[in-house]
Amino acid sequence: MREREDDWTALMRAAISGDGAAYHRLLKAITPVLRAAAKRGLARAGQPVDQSEDIVQDILLAVHLKRHTWDANAPFAPWLFAIARNKLIDSLRRRGRRVFVNIDDFAEVLPGEAAPETAPATEVAAQLQSLPVRQRQVLQSIAVESASIKDTAKKFAMSEGAVRVALHRGLASLTAKLREH
Amino acid sequence: METDQLIRTLAADTRERPWPVGLVLAVALLAAGLVSIAMFSAALGVRPDVMSAMHNPFFDLKFVVTLALASSAIVVGLHLSRPEATLRGWAWLLLIPLLFLAGGIGCEMLLPQPVPMMTRMIGKNWSVCLVAIPALSLPLLAAALIGLRHGASTRPAVTGAIAGMLSAGLAATLYASHCTDDSPLFVATWYTIGTALLAVIGAVAGARVLRF
Repeated sequence: MREREDDWTALMRAAISGDGAAYHRLLKAITPVLRAAAKRGLARAGQPVDQSEDIVQDILLAVHLKRHTWDANAPFAPWLFAIARNKLIDSLRRRGRRVFVNIDDFAEVLPGEAAPETAPATEVAAQLQSLPVRQRQVLQSIAVESASIKDTAKKFAMSEGAVRVALHRGLASLTAKLREH
Repeated sequence: METDQLIRTLAADTRERPWPVGLVLAVALLAAGLVSIAMFSAALGVRPDVMSAMHNPFFDLKFVVTLALASSAIVVGLHLSRPEATLRGWAWLLLIPLLFLAGGIGCEMLLPQPVPMMTRMIGKNWSVCLVAIPALSLPLLAAALIGLRHGASTRPAVTGAIAGMLSAGLAATLYASHCTDDSPLFVATWYTIGTALLAVIGAVAGARVLRF
């Protein structure tokens, strides 16, 4: 566990100094832990666990948009779990339950924990439809069609800079819409 | 969208690194400070005898207290803008302005005073003070909330209250240069009421706008 969290910290340090591959690996590595914790939180609140994927995506978006609040000299895991817990409590509250989430929900997860079936996330996909056309096209091109920034720019006759701006704005407004939702 | 797709998209969003919270807060406060200074100059202005007033330690103490309030609130607010932060070990910073104030009151008690205590406490300007500090605070509160919103506070109401205290500290610094009531008792009463009001407004606003 200790080792795993040290790995995360190292990956995040690399990520914020511009290593996109390290960032991708980090997000992949934390996702199963977040998923297991979201399921446990839902189960404890008496909610169907098949909504966990929406919570996972909500957390990942927050991690991404708030990554500048992580202090690179501090370990990554406490920061991550604070964001995750906040998002979990928020989404359980929106589902109409008062709940208290134990921080140990996050700390005690074993990486290989067997995952029961999870329904696909629907909230992000639904909110995607309400974005301005350009942002939605760019997001879909990169997410669904796995196009690179470069190819996306070519496809929509935009500059790469404009694609990056549309991508970033799209992710930010997606998060804002999820919060209001 | 599948989670793997979302992850790929997030990893592709490597635009420039976002600004640190402190920088956004500083820029926002600077801009709002100009608005508050303009309001202050138009409506109040610095008191005419400011040059001689500066030789009065109780006049100077007002600035020590208000600037101590503003700076400790900035430090605590920035700390709370990190999601894993709690108030533990940090809340005492907010007592620093109160310690200065208590020291000032003590000193004033020891010195012979021409006017009675109640008169010094009520002062001449209490009604102006009660309006001016909140009014001058509002642009600064908005700026503080914008700055801290760039952070990720998991205690939005508390952080909002700190933002209110921060804005009151800065606004009171302006107001103190206008006000001719220099008694620490006046400051302890009317400035504190203004600050408490702003802390409440900040907490209510923060609970809404500082969620992320």
